[in-house]
Amino acid sequence: MINKFTKPASLREVSTHYCPGCGHGILHRLVAEVIDELNLRGKIIGVAPVGCAVVAYDYWDFDVSEAAHGRALAVATGIKRCRPQNIVFTYQGDGDLVSIGMAETMHAANRGENVTCIFVNNACYGMTGGQMAPTTLVGQPTVTTPWGRNPKYGEGWPIKLSEILAGLEGVNFAVRSSVSNPKQIMQTREHIKKAFLNQIEGKGFSIVEVLSPCPTVWQKSPTDAMKWIDEEMVKTFPLGIIKNI
Amino acid sequence: MKKIKVTKILMSGNEAMAEAAIKAGCFFYAGYPITPQNEIPSYMAKRMRELGRVFIQAESELAAINMIFGAAATGVRSLTSSSSPGVSLKQEGISYIAGAQLPAVIINVMRGGPGLGNIASSQSDYFQSTRGGGHGDYYTPVLAPSSPEEAAKLVLLGFDMADFYRTPVLILADAIVGQMMEGVEFSSKSEFKKKLPPKNWALTGASNRPANIAKSFFLKEGALEAHNERLREKWEKIKQNEQRSSTYKTEDAKYLIVAYGSEARIAQEAVDMLRAKKIKAGLFRPITLWPYPEKNLKAVSKNIKKVFVVEQSLGQMVEDVRLSIPYKEIHFLGKSGGGIPLAKEIVKFVEKVTRNK
Repeated sequence: MINKFTKPASLREVSTHYCPGCGHGILHRLVAEVIDELNLRGKIIGVAPVGCAVVAYDYWDFDVSEAAHGRALAVATGIKRCRPQNIVFTYQGDGDLVSIGMAETMHAANRGENVTCIFVNNACYGMTGGQMAPTTLVGQPTVTTPWGRNPKYGEGWPIKLSEILAGLEGVNFAVRSSVSNPKQIMQTREHIKKAFLNQIEGKGFSIVEVLSPCPTVWQKSPTDAMKWIDEEMVKTFPLGIIKNI
Repeated sequence: MKKIKVTKILMSGNEAMAEAAIKAGCFFYAGYPITPQNEIPSYMAKRMRELGRVFIQAESELAAINMIFGAAATGVRSLTSSSSPGVSLKQEGISYIAGAQLPAVIINVMRGGPGLGNIASSQSDYFQSTRGGGHGDYYTPVLAPSSPEEAAKLVLLGFDMADFYRTPVLILADAIVGQMMEGVEFSSKSEFKKKLPPKNWALTGASNRPANIAKSFFLKEGALEAHNERLREKWEKIKQNEQRSSTYKTEDAKYLIVAYGSEARIAQEAVDMLRAKKIKAGLFRPITLWPYPEKNLKAVSKNIKKVFVVEQSLGQMVEDVRLSIPYKEIHFLGKSGGGIPLAKEIVKFVEKVTRNK
């Protein structure tokens, strides 16, 4: 038997606009694969963020809503409350979810909205050219922290959102994985699947955090960027299950 | 015993608008507390739950308007309400809703500004409401009630207009209309007579159909320009079809007072007081503030010698009057920050100007 590498039905036949070595391509595909596997294409409604994944609907072939910067979980709340029979997820970056959208993030989680939040953490603002994100590591240079993020200059520390959300009653599942090696990619796939299944069971809010490379902003080769996640980023953002009820 | 048929219910404007939304089939409400519109979320909290519909007390006005975006994208009728500072916060979301062509109703029970201002009645959000309000090239229909009963009527109309044109519709009430209690008779049907189109654009899951996308983002060269041209055609259609106004004693009038909302009620009293003094005054009351009822104003003011615009603001609607009938002599009387031009003050103002002819 020949095992053919085919495109998931939930993914469109288009070429990518993402930079070489970007993690979004892998993650878009994982989301589409899980939707196909669970036969959810006719039920799923995605919410795209503002950020590099703003045009996620150009890749996914199912119903998707846009959201203003940071408001994806408010939009998802509106959708899910009106369509409880559908499966609703947001796909958001660190700036969207943890900075400008922090209030919506905290409160959607605290209400226990029965939605799935896929959190793409690349420790920077990619689309706008590499500014400091709430998840930028201490010492990591960005265009707005040219000498590296320094808490002594009032630039704060990386926010560990999944750990914060895990402390809320409304959250049933909080996990962190990466797309930096084949094992973690498969792990991420499993987390997304589990989060969708939780939603089908009506368990409430799930967050799947995924450490994802941004070689362009990090000024690393795609392989070095993957290595940096495995060797550096995981020290601040340890992988694994944070909460699973 | 003789059976008495109850036709009117004593209600505040805020409650009347909430009940009208229920009657219009509003399925989703989200809002954040702010005076003087708190009766709306209180009413909705109880009634929506009773009816198996959705009420959410949102964490902020930002969240509330973006919940409305999501709810509207699924094709249900949705409502949010707030007052001036809160409506400023909603503007980004309203711009997105207009851009994505989603139907929704937004109630603004205006209070004094700028800034935190106060909680007294004011009409100082006219510019914001009638010129889009948020970023980008867009308009929203703006309906301005002058009584609780009319407020209820306009909410019904607003939901129909929103669905027909796929646009956010603003109900612009002032604190007096929101807070005053009067007998309200609910009409069972909206005065909107056009057939509402099916919502085949709604996000319901792409089951046996191509995927639907709710978006206001058009990055490809020329795509946004083409989208905005389509929006322009829609705004033009609304301008042609939806201008609404009412008049009081204008048939033989020489002097025309123009006022809307609660101020129009006061101005109506002023018209009677002026008539008692043999001064032939009449009232023109815009009901749609956008589109501005310029066609009707042109017709009504044909034989008018002088026009008096009265507002609870430093002079906002007066600009639309000047744009509609620039060839007329137009005078302005306004008070701001909770100040309300009273009937006797309007009379004095008209008398002073007409004496100086």
